[in-house]
Amino acid sequence: MASIIIHQEKIKNPGDVLKVCPFGAIQYENGVLSISAACKMCKLCVKNGPVGAFELVEQPLVQIDKDAWRGIAVYVEHTHGEIHPVTFELIGKARELAAKIAHPVYAVFVGYQITSKAEELRHYGVDRIYVYDQPELEVFRAEPYAAAMEDFITALRPSTVLVGGTTVGRSLAPRVAAHFRTGLTADCTKLDMQPNTDLDQIRPAFGGNIMAHIRTRNHRPQFATVRYKIFSAPPRLQQPRGEIQVMYLDPERLRSGVRVLSIESKPVVENIENAEVIVAVGRGLRKEQDLELIRALAERLGGQIASTRPLIEAGWVDPRRQIGLSGRTVSPKLLITCGISGSVQFTAGMGAANFVVAINNDPQAHIFKVAHLGLVGDLYEIIPALLQQLGSGQPSQVQEHLKTVKSEVIG
Amino acid sequence: MNIIVCIKQVPGTSDVKIDEKTGSLIRDGMDAKMNPYDLYALETALQIGQETEAHVTVLSMGPPQVKEIIQEAFLMGDVDGVILTDRRLAGADCLATSYAISQCIQKIGLPDLIICGKQTTDGDTAQVGAEIAEFLHIPHITNVLKIEEMNANGMIVEADLPGMLQRSEIRFPALITVEKDIYQPRLPSFTRKKRLAGQPMQVFSVQDLADHDENHYGLNGSPTQVMRIFPPETDTTSEVWEGSSQDLAEKLFCALQERKFI
Repeated sequence: MASIIIHQEKIKNPGDVLKVCPFGAIQYENGVLSISAACKMCKLCVKNGPVGAFELVEQPLVQIDKDAWRGIAVYVEHTHGEIHPVTFELIGKARELAAKIAHPVYAVFVGYQITSKAEELRHYGVDRIYVYDQPELEVFRAEPYAAAMEDFITALRPSTVLVGGTTVGRSLAPRVAAHFRTGLTADCTKLDMQPNTDLDQIRPAFGGNIMAHIRTRNHRPQFATVRYKIFSAPPRLQQPRGEIQVMYLDPERLRSGVRVLSIESKPVVENIENAEVIVAVGRGLRKEQDLELIRALAERLGGQIASTRPLIEAGWVDPRRQIGLSGRTVSPKLLITCGISGSVQFTAGMGAANFVVAINNDPQAHIFKVAHLGLVGDLYEIIPALLQQLGSGQPSQVQEHLKTVKSEVIG
Repeated sequence: MNIIVCIKQVPGTSDVKIDEKTGSLIRDGMDAKMNPYDLYALETALQIGQETEAHVTVLSMGPPQVKEIIQEAFLMGDVDGVILTDRRLAGADCLATSYAISQCIQKIGLPDLIICGKQTTDGDTAQVGAEIAEFLHIPHITNVLKIEEMNANGMIVEADLPGMLQRSEIRFPALITVEKDIYQPRLPSFTRKKRLAGQPMQVFSVQDLADHDENHYGLNGSPTQVMRIFPPETDTTSEVWEGSSQDLAEKLFCALQERKFI
């Protein structure tokens, strides 16, 4: 229980302390300093204000018994029993975290006619797999799926619950976390475990180039969501292990205000998440037509184009081609960024790229700090020159292919 | 029919940096705007309002300045405005924010439909909508792409799932979060501006809520705590080249060739 109080008498120039707060929450009215609702409790005023002027008053809180919560649970994301690969990545991370505190790893599998599919999870080193296999759970609906998770958590009391940051995970996890009135940290990019079972969660924050280290210090279970392709899946075990336990929930508890009428696969579009080569473009692009230049390069390298959020918002690029925290996470072998400054929102989505080339005319751009190879220059000059090189260099697969076709025709 | 749209004021820029010496945040000015995704939520409510003569209320929680985005909403359509502002709400994480908003919605009166944007551009968590629904014990659907039909009891919507499109019927009262492009948001009308000058908005504080125990709000009511903020790590193995565009293109070509990309 904390609040910040101001000792007015220790402040000589009230006008000067206003700028100590990056959120403009310190107000000076009628000769009195006060803190407004804009305060984010970042405590920078305590740290950087005049000595002793801002004081953080903390009342001791009643500590919960953390030993009463054991195990790291992973929610199994799936479509009709086909397990989403983010699940294996989370199981790998869960095993790593659990080993530090000697906790078991659980998987929670919720759906209908899925019990046979649970076998596959045994190849990833889970200690126990809890399956809720009931007709009411045939397709994803937030309330019944949340009811199953609530039942599992009440029965097993896991210390940590990891959920994939997909549209399903981001609809389900908050519902369950709110039910238990506990903490949920979205889109973590790093996780670690403290000996006292507190989960260290790191994620980009404040909408900018800042990382936040977050803990849920006095609530259990502690929830975190993680995007697909942030962690690596462990190798598949030859010898399956772990037991499968089928759970049952009273259908009364699976009622929902939602009735699913139909479900269909989305038309298959080129998927940047699985692309090996990506040419990404940002605000350095002057107009929509110039995308042709980027397309030409992508095509020549056998890759796909992608972009940052501003171009999506401008409607120039399909939203499914957005790299970043609010877009997709990609892991290509080669990523060329053109005219992208490299905000944390963007770089959070490209962390797994093997080789990153950045072209930007601002030598101070943050992208140069994360790229393996940075080219300070104008994309409008470098890309055409590169395309020319590519044209005169070794023939591309396309040209090779065309040649074969031609020779076949001639032959 | 009653609709509440939850909107948030976010920084106008994401150019936030950390002063490495002091650890303070550096923001270029304090520009603020309505979360862009909330414009779609508001437009959805206004479209429904036109069809069904629903009564639309916009609700925002934050510092007193949030009245700016309520005024922006006034310029877009006939809506009522409600602000929840209180120093005791400071430092709220997703859970404490959702709880405060759910309490405020109960104060206003539970509507048939609550609409939120799919996420904010500052927090980017996309969690608050689903948490509000849980606190209010109502069904929710996130990532709604299209509203197909509606009547007094519920609506049929199409929502985005990983690899799938799901068509569902949802019974009121309910909460939905809408995707960008569900409708094209209208521009603020400046002819409305004169007419609406000084349109009042309701202002609530924690004291007005049914649960006014301050331990349930703000930092005190937040299970998650920010231990520390720091600049992102950067890979030191990077190399930066400068020179003429022709040279750079040639060197890049060689680098790509060396790594067998071409």
